Amino acid sequence: MSSTAPSLARRLRGRHDRNLWFGIFVGPFLLGLLIFVYVPILWSVFLSFFDARNTVTPTDFVGVGNYVDMLSDPAFRSSLATFVLFAAFIVPTTFVCSLGLALLVNRARFAKAFFRSVFFLPTACSYVVASMIWKLSIFSGVRFGLMNTVLGWFGLEPIAWLSVTQPPWYWLVIVTARMWLQAGFYMILFLAGLQRISPTLYEAAAIDGATGWKVLRFITLPQLRATSTAVLLLLLIIAFQAFDEFYNLLSTSGQYPPYARPPLVYLYYAALGQGQDFGHGSAGAVILTLMIALIALVQGRFLGLGKRED
Amino acid sequence: MATIKRSRTDRFGGVIRYVVLVVGALFFLLPFYLLVRNGLSTTSEITSPDWKFWPSQLQWGNIADLFNDPSVPMFRSLVNSLLIAVVQTVAVLVISGLAGYGLARIPFRYANAVFYVIVATLLIPAAVTFVPSFVLVSTLGWISTLRGLIIPGLFQAFATFLFRQYFLGFPKELEEAAQLDGVGYWGTFWRVVVPNSTGFIAAIGTITFIGSWNAFLWPLVIGQDPSSWTVQIALSTFLTAQTINLPQLFIAASIAILPLVVMFVFLQRWIVEGVERSGISE
Repeated sequence: MSSTAPSLARRLRGRHDRNLWFGIFVGPFLLGLLIFVYVPILWSVFLSFFDARNTVTPTDFVGVGNYVDMLSDPAFRSSLATFVLFAAFIVPTTFVCSLGLALLVNRARFAKAFFRSVFFLPTACSYVVASMIWKLSIFSGVRFGLMNTVLGWFGLEPIAWLSVTQPPWYWLVIVTARMWLQAGFYMILFLAGLQRISPTLYEAAAIDGATGWKVLRFITLPQLRATSTAVLLLLLIIAFQAFDEFYNLLSTSGQYPPYARPPLVYLYYAALGQGQDFGHGSAGAVILTLMIALIALVQGRFLGLGKRED
Repeated sequence: MATIKRSRTDRFGGVIRYVVLVVGALFFLLPFYLLVRNGLSTTSEITSPDWKFWPSQLQWGNIADLFNDPSVPMFRSLVNSLLIAVVQTVAVLVISGLAGYGLARIPFRYANAVFYVIVATLLIPAAVTFVPSFVLVSTLGWISTLRGLIIPGLFQAFATFLFRQYFLGFPKELEEAAQLDGVGYWGTFWRVVVPNSTGFIAAIGTITFIGSWNAFLWPLVIGQDPSSWTVQIALSTFLTAQTINLPQLFIAASIAILPLVVMFVFLQRWIVEGVERSGISE
């Protein structure tokens, strides 16, 4: 003890022992990440090969049985399809909306900070609060709901927005809620990207007589390429995590409707519902994780995201 | 001639742009207005067939009714949310700040491998891991405890990634001056780097606080006992209940977003600056 104490003190003094200092700075984070992220994931992979109901230390090995069950389960497959449909709606609309807001706000001559704040403010709201306003006030299926009141001004019949599947009005409710919540955040990313574009490019374009759409098409959009890539990737990853608004908008008194169920909601009910079926839930989580990683990698490679790292 | 023409189209475009901006702003503010309008109305005024812009009499009593309602532990939920958000924010700033600095500045043979281990978790959305995380936390016996709600959320790969990107761009000369005086990594970090990074730290802190306060899936899974509910879970319980007390629900939602809106108004400059300097969009 007496021999190690002075040497430790010497190692801690100054910057001689880089490995030790790296451990002190990065170690706590890395340890937490291993315990609370990597261990659960490995455990989940392990559980996915077992029949694990109500137990986390199963003994009944079923091989790929859970995977076969999940992939042949129409409900799980339809939840994957729901996600694809949801992403196909939400990613482009949020992308266009936030880019449009950024272009508008960026060129505003006065009250610029005010408009930026207004569009950014919904970021402070939670999905629960937004779901509440959307479900009970704007898209309330009854006659006094805001949208139905507006429809009434035009002599149109009220619509039961969230409780009918034909035509699927609930997509309008779900997509607009999410767009309101997140468009402002991506607008800020685009604004940051716009500020990095050199003014000389615009001056050169003005000399060449380029205006309006041409400037947007040949200068602004190409210069925003890196930002666009990051925004697309973030939007897609976050769309995969959709849970809050589906849970709150579509569930009524614990009775979950069989439509519009994204994978996460499905897994929630499968694994943590009455069955506590960790085996099937884990297999579903592994399938979903592989799918997300694959799409992210393909998209990253396709859009050249990997080059950004040093 | 050409300049006159351009300025005229510019002015016309400017008017159109402001019309779109104002209409857009009204749409973005509409939900906030509905929240306050419904929260301060009576049930019969909310459900009246004639749309009223503003309640004929503001029902401030709704606030007292909400806190006196024994079926939803509103006060307890707010306290839980505040505790969780404050502890998580402070801890994430310390843990991820240190890790980000270490990754950016301390040469270590396997630093790249460590960095890839961290970045890999960014590809796996945290929400997908909730089944295994739930299993781990229940094995530890942390269901319905503050420990279970707080501790698994302390290790944020995204925050560490953002800190690393930021510290890579931190001016090295400031650190070198301290190092010439014989100050080590620890001293340089706390006495030079942190005091010169308050803007970025405030940005990451605000984003972490918002994320923590608004979190839903994890508190839903872990907070099974009403005494461990967060305010989001309390609201959701209201929302999915058999009979809904509308004014109470909306006043509760208004109270739930109030701290964040206030924070937003004061710290927005830092968040915007932080997002701009985070390197996400580079």
